[in-house]
Amino acid sequence: MSADIKVDKVMDLKGMPCPMPVVKVSKGIKEVAIGQVIEAQTTDPGSLADFPAWARTSGNEILQTDQEGTVIKFYIKRKV
Amino acid sequence: MKEQEGKERGLEKEFAQLKRQVESMPKAAQENKIVLICFSGDLDKALAAFVIATGAAAMGMDVVMFFTFWGTPLLRDKEKKVGGKDLMGRMFGAMLPKGLSKVKLSQMNMGGMGTAMMKALMKKKNIASLEEMLQLAAEMDVRIFICEMSMDLMGFKREEMIDYPNLIFCGVAKMLEEAQSSKVQFFI
Repeated sequence: MSADIKVDKVMDLKGMPCPMPVVKVSKGIKEVAIGQVIEAQTTDPGSLADFPAWARTSGNEILQTDQEGTVIKFYIKRKV
Repeated sequence: MKEQEGKERGLEKEFAQLKRQVESMPKAAQENKIVLICFSGDLDKALAAFVIATGAAAMGMDVVMFFTFWGTPLLRDKEKKVGGKDLMGRMFGAMLPKGLSKVKLSQMNMGGMGTAMMKALMKKKNIASLEEMLQLAAEMDVRIFICEMSMDLMGFKREEMIDYPNLIFCGVAKMLEEAQSSKVQFFI
């Protein structure tokens, strides 16, 4: 679980289809400082592939991915 | 020993030659950029183009959308009216969709019923409409180019096109300049 990750901002992206989760998270991550962590919650199964791809391309880091039922939680550290 | 030195010198020479070759290579495809050629005036293809464009912008890419031929009328503003067109211009104006809200599916349109059903379904599934995608594209600094030749051919005037930040009316050269320095090019 995520007990040891300090989350600075939570983004509720549940119910949003492609491309909105990635679009929103790319905007949202700019609202925290470099080094801070956002928790993005999605229900789009495609985001399991999309978020790591987005993180690799944009230069950010996914610390952890949790799945609770249909909800997927990404813990993303802003690196750039 | 001597043999070894000779080998090293040979390698050095080879390396210097390779370095020269690499340096003289044309600088191309180096920017983190995508160019989308939006040729189609269909709802489905336009949706694909906007999803890719906004997705690419989210990935941190510089995005250019070049609207040409049947894609051109997508950028007409439904509120704007212009006069002074010739017969062909008026005909194209009446027959082609007036903006993103008027486009139809490329398949299963069924006299407009299919398109209406698809739009309702998109709403139900929370998928952004084309107008919303355009708004999003503007917020994400997606650049839009319109093909001047297509506009001229179909009799569209600049005054009837949408208000979009830094909208550029251009020709093939401007698009190619962007495409040449981009990593990815799509034709939709």
